[in-house]
Amino acid sequence: MLSTESLKKIDREIAKYPAGQQQSAVMSALRIAQDEKGWLAPETIEFVAEYLGMAPIAAHEVATFYNMYNLQPVGKYKITVCTNLPCTLMGAESAVEHLKRKLGIGFGETTPDGKFTLKEGECFGSCGDGPVALVNNVRLCAKLTPDEADRILAGLE
Amino acid sequence: MANEVIFHSIHLPESWKLENYLKVGGYDALKKVLAEKMAPDAIIEQVKASVLRGRGGAGFPTGLKWSFMPKNYSGDKYLVCNSDEGEPGTFKDRDIIRLNPHQLIEGMIIGGYTLGAKAGYNYIHGEIWECYERFEAALDEARAAGLLGKNILGSGWDFDIHAHHGYGAYVCGEETALLESIEGKKGQPRFKPPFPASFGLYGKPTTINNTETLASIPYIVKHGGQKFLELGIPNNGGTKIFSVSGHVNNPGNFEIGMGTPFSELLKMAGGVKNGRKLKAVIPGGSSVPVVPGEIMMDLTMDYDSIAKAGSYLGAGSVIVMDDTVCMVKALERLSYFYFEESCGQCTPCREGTGWLYRVIHRIEHGLGKPEDLDLLESVAGNIMGRTICALGDAAAMPVQGMLKHYRNEFEYHIQHKKCMV
Ligand SMILES: Cc1cc2nc3c(=O)[nH]c(=O)nc-3n(C[C@H](O)[C@H](O)[C@H](O)COP(=O)(O)O)c2cc1C
Repeated sequence: MLSTESLKKIDREIAKYPAGQQQSAVMSALRIAQDEKGWLAPETIEFVAEYLGMAPIAAHEVATFYNMYNLQPVGKYKITVCTNLPCTLMGAESAVEHLKRKLGIGFGETTPDGKFTLKEGECFGSCGDGPVALVNNVRLCAKLTPDEADRILAGLE
Repeated sequence: MANEVIFHSIHLPESWKLENYLKVGGYDALKKVLAEKMAPDAIIEQVKASVLRGRGGAGFPTGLKWSFMPKNYSGDKYLVCNSDEGEPGTFKDRDIIRLNPHQLIEGMIIGGYTLGAKAGYNYIHGEIWECYERFEAALDEARAAGLLGKNILGSGWDFDIHAHHGYGAYVCGEETALLESIEGKKGQPRFKPPFPASFGLYGKPTTINNTETLASIPYIVKHGGQKFLELGIPNNGGTKIFSVSGHVNNPGNFEIGMGTPFSELLKMAGGVKNGRKLKAVIPGGSSVPVVPGEIMMDLTMDYDSIAKAGSYLGAGSVIVMDDTVCMVKALERLSYFYFEESCGQCTPCREGTGWLYRVIHRIEHGLGKPEDLDLLESVAGNIMGRTICALGDAAAMPVQGMLKHYRNEFEYHIQHKKCMV
């Protein structure tokens, strides 16, 4: 169900916790699974649960609780924009309007070619660099003006 | 007293590397502790003398918290660092991890030694992946140098630290939700008592401290608690990192002595953007009541001064708003946040946060009714103090603060169906 490389990464996470507490690795394991598959299908979540020896429902609870997991397929690039108060004071609205117009989609939608998904985010803990956006959960983009948004989009092939 | 304790070396190239931390006296405090075989109680005495108060928001005295850990417990104990930093306006822990991770690691090792912990975990906010990677790399460097892991610096004492990556849930910043999350569960806060010092991670005695709190420890051990205290003012020891965001010319983190006037901090942040008028400040992160600009200009940045003005220093997260800001719109966005992030465990918070948001949303969109303001106060008042964790209070306090100081803007919105500003 998951590549040997992903399983190796999961094993490295399990080793961080005391013997018998491998459930502690479930958040990382789901992230690693998502990185490989693009999103968490129910059977992927259940595979992770089985691998960690936990009840499938317990893994589903985790996957549905934390909002960086993709419970539906997303575009090749998921762009999450923080619109919380500090980012809004610093210009998030114009960046969001620009992205929506340029991509022709709203929050929670994916472009028809499957390339981009746009998502509204909550505080990334990076307000000093606001407005901020996050690409595929890992790449933080700072000071997101409309021009900067164009530059980022142009760099995503 | 700028950049005295934690940001002392961040201007140097690659300040996050072990070799560069060692060049500025890094790990000297740990070496002293192990070489002198310092008694844990002696370390706790220094931390008490420093009057270091928890930097995660509640301001609880760290030395006192450490003294709650059972001493003669025969099983495992844990130290947990809270780097989940998800409170809007707060971004200091990110820069500690990014720019000076070894000082945090050193503080955690000394904490682990003092508390008799077997291992430490650092729970890192989900959206700052690059910081998580940097912290893991710093742990590897420390292990390779014999500063972490088995037989630390030949002392015969073992202690290891691991990073746990969050994945997007503000409530996991609450310390018992954080413990649940490390255990691989959804992050719902635990009912207290029992407190983590007796029943924490995996049911074992656990101390949870904020990143900035733990990163202050090496300084206190090296220079003594008194010296740290003197960097601030009585009852508010040390320096504090203030995160300034919103309408300022130069947003960012500023480490300054506790008790520094707000006006000076504002100047450091470049003043209000475009020379506009200061309208209001949220002084301690989105959860604390707003303070009007003219009151704020007379305050100093410390727990006691901000509390006297009816708000809280919180995590030192200063959100600056100029006179173009509509307070109804600002509150609408904040209330949406708490509605979105409520974990749903307690009814007053689960139902109340959505209720607050819907009422503020309708006021903002010209559909408010005159009785809505009393309704908001009643809902907020019924959340306060009626939930397992303080997320409920965090949702209620911004509403109460806004209505206290800017009720007229809300009334105007209801009457005229548009903004006053
Ligand atoms: C909803 C909520 C969110 C919190 N978020 C954080 C956080 O991101 N970081 C933090 O250190 N403390 C946070 N806290 C406070 C912690 O529960 C805890 O008091 C703190 O980590 C203790 O460390 P300290 O004594 O060093 O401040 C939060 C509390 C609540 C109720």
